[in-house]
Amino acid sequence: MIDLTVIWAGIIGFAVVAYVIMDGFDLGIGILFPRFKVGPERDTAMNSIAPVWDGNETWLVLGGGGLMAAFPMAYAIVLPALYAPLIAMLLGLVLRGVAFEFRWRDPAHRPIWDMAFTVGSTVATFAQGVTLGALLQGITVEGRAYAGGWWEWLTPFSCLTGFGLVIGYALLGAGWLIWKTEGPLQDQAYRFASRLGIALLIVIALVSLATLRLEAQYYQRWLSWPGILATSQVPLASLIVTVLFFRSVKRRQEAAPFFYVLGLFGLCIVGLGVSIWPDVIPARVTIWAAAAPERSQVFMLIGAGILVPVILAYTGWAYWVFRGKVGTDGYH
Amino acid sequence: MSSMDNELALILARVQFAFTVSFHFLFPAFTIGLASFLAVLEGLWLATGKSVYANVFRYWLKIFAIVFAMGVVSGIVMSYQFGTNWSVFSDKAGPVIGPLMAYEVLTAFFLEAGFLGVMLFGMNKVGKGLHFTATCAVAVGTFISAFWILSVNSWMQTPTGYEINAAGQFVPGPSWAAIIFNPSFPYRLVHTTIAAYLTTAFAVGAVGAWHLLKDRDNPGARVMFSMAMWMAAIVAPIQIFVGDLHGLNTLEHQPVKIMAMEGHYESHPDGAPLILFGIPNSAEKRVDFAVEIPKLSSLILKHDLNAPLAGLDSVPDEDEPPVGIVFWSFRIMVGLGMAMAGLGLWSLIARASKKLYDWTWMHRAAVLLGPSGFIAVIAGWVTTEVGRQPFTVYGLLRTADSASPLDAPAVAVSLAAFVITYFAVFGAGVWYIFHLAKKPPEAHEAGLDGKPIRSAGITPAPAVIEGEPS
Repeated sequence: MIDLTVIWAGIIGFAVVAYVIMDGFDLGIGILFPRFKVGPERDTAMNSIAPVWDGNETWLVLGGGGLMAAFPMAYAIVLPALYAPLIAMLLGLVLRGVAFEFRWRDPAHRPIWDMAFTVGSTVATFAQGVTLGALLQGITVEGRAYAGGWWEWLTPFSCLTGFGLVIGYALLGAGWLIWKTEGPLQDQAYRFASRLGIALLIVIALVSLATLRLEAQYYQRWLSWPGILATSQVPLASLIVTVLFFRSVKRRQEAAPFFYVLGLFGLCIVGLGVSIWPDVIPARVTIWAAAAPERSQVFMLIGAGILVPVILAYTGWAYWVFRGKVGTDGYH
Repeated sequence: MSSMDNELALILARVQFAFTVSFHFLFPAFTIGLASFLAVLEGLWLATGKSVYANVFRYWLKIFAIVFAMGVVSGIVMSYQFGTNWSVFSDKAGPVIGPLMAYEVLTAFFLEAGFLGVMLFGMNKVGKGLHFTATCAVAVGTFISAFWILSVNSWMQTPTGYEINAAGQFVPGPSWAAIIFNPSFPYRLVHTTIAAYLTTAFAVGAVGAWHLLKDRDNPGARVMFSMAMWMAAIVAPIQIFVGDLHGLNTLEHQPVKIMAMEGHYESHPDGAPLILFGIPNSAEKRVDFAVEIPKLSSLILKHDLNAPLAGLDSVPDEDEPPVGIVFWSFRIMVGLGMAMAGLGLWSLIARASKKLYDWTWMHRAAVLLGPSGFIAVIAGWVTTEVGRQPFTVYGLLRTADSASPLDAPAVAVSLAAFVITYFAVFGAGVWYIFHLAKKPPEAHEAGLDGKPIRSAGITPAPAVIEGEPS
């Protein structure tokens, strides 16, 4: 018997991963933006993501909408629990989203929209990281509802995860620019990549160690014998990917650094899975307790089964259309 | 948390939702029509080879890019606000409406977003045929999006096809068709989609008319004005007819909403009057200073002068919507609809007299009616949503029992943040749109890349060097 709830957990997980991979780099470019010189450098950085950012953010809508549809109780508990960071994220996304259009329309106020792009991207990223941290450290649940206050999410740990994600996305952005640009902008991206790589390594280590102390469940998952034989592969693989990443940056390879960072993100997500599976709200609510009824699951699965491959196909096509290096006035 | 705090938090959450959804709604109301308009223009250009269509296409593509971006970002807010502020509603109705919204994302949002980049920036990358396909995909996407979200909204108005489980959740019954095609959905879908087309037509018509007033020979302005006036002449009367059908459907399924729209505090056993104007006085349960036509309401709603119509006196007070808001918003919508049809008729006469581009008073009227679609759409939306009160799921789940367990200060802060951000950001966006619309359409209209020759290259860079090879 196939467990539809597990399949839906997989689909939501896929949407979140797709979102982190795709919007991660374009948020990252927003975070790095003020470090680039006004003029061709900034224009190129912006142009490298202008045709795709909208599609990238749609995965966030699928994650949110899908959570409501497949795990309505989890949606109803998590969103009020993370009210402040989520509202901040939404406002951040508003600011950065319009900046893509507005900065070209109004050269006189371009500095304002460039700042909106950076502030919006950074706030949205930080809030997403805080959201992750707050979920990991546990939220107060009573019955089918959130029962904590509106500042419960704010702890040193959630700030650390927020900070960590800002570094992580910035690194993804640097990797993307190495791949998609050339000349001084690319040189700068290489420099950023080295420094951010080191910073990310430190943050990942800190978050990992801190996570182990949050809940007994996490500790046991990772460190009990013989499970540790399997779980220890995750940090080992991360170490290997990190070494490869630094080597590729040093050798000035163009596409490889971006994909090694993606690999690192992938391993972090696997690690997250080890800690929380099969909970939809970590250490509080399992996927089965929060699942929508079978009729909802089946109806959506038909749509998702047909449409997600189609979406991936035309999204892939859109990326293919805008392949190659990007110049100041667009794609050559 | 005291009950007064609860009540305050509830009101703030309602204001926040009304504010964010009203702002958001303006953008898709424009893009649904504009995307189709762009597809038609590009199709005409491909079919006839006339450059004027390409120029008008590029002219509106720049505006479309801004409106679409604002629609996307304000829409992301909506998809999360169900959970942040209406978590009990989300938990209870999620199994039924969640899948419909997931289908909206899968069938519409990805389609729009996936092809938007190509539509805006890809002309020189993919060629005319594929580019036209991308434009059509975006246009179809906007309509599919309307289909699903209006199905959700209609289900909240006229819920069918559900069961209630042990946890008190609405869960789907055996037939999804019964949920999707709930009784008010077909009417609301047609009425709202036409409204979006009319909104675009009057916005485009106003820009065309504005430029005709300055130069009646401008070919681009002529195309805009002529196409818009065809829409006004043909579609505005259809809209009045569809609106009437929608009203009859509402009478059947949500009679209390009609009572509020009509201002019928009292039951009328032998023919109800049509109150044209007046000031609803809910404290005294009467309409002050009413100007009314006897028995006309019964004639419109029941097609019989003497048909009895129940009033709000037949409904418990706690089940009544706020009458004043619904009464007035309905009249604003209907009045604007009539004005739109009137301009359409005017344009037909002008066209028959071969004076479509000459009658300046008609052009001035068109400029004046430019925002009419936006106002009518919001007024109609207010009528139907406020008329749904005091329920979120009509007759089954009260608004007061739908909200998230949030403290009032949290909602107050977020509301303030939304108001400040939206007015600043979308105010700037609207200003940029006016700025673009102020320029007359040119014979070699620039695309999004700021260059006239390359049809639509890439987001314009101020640093662009003319003539640089692409």
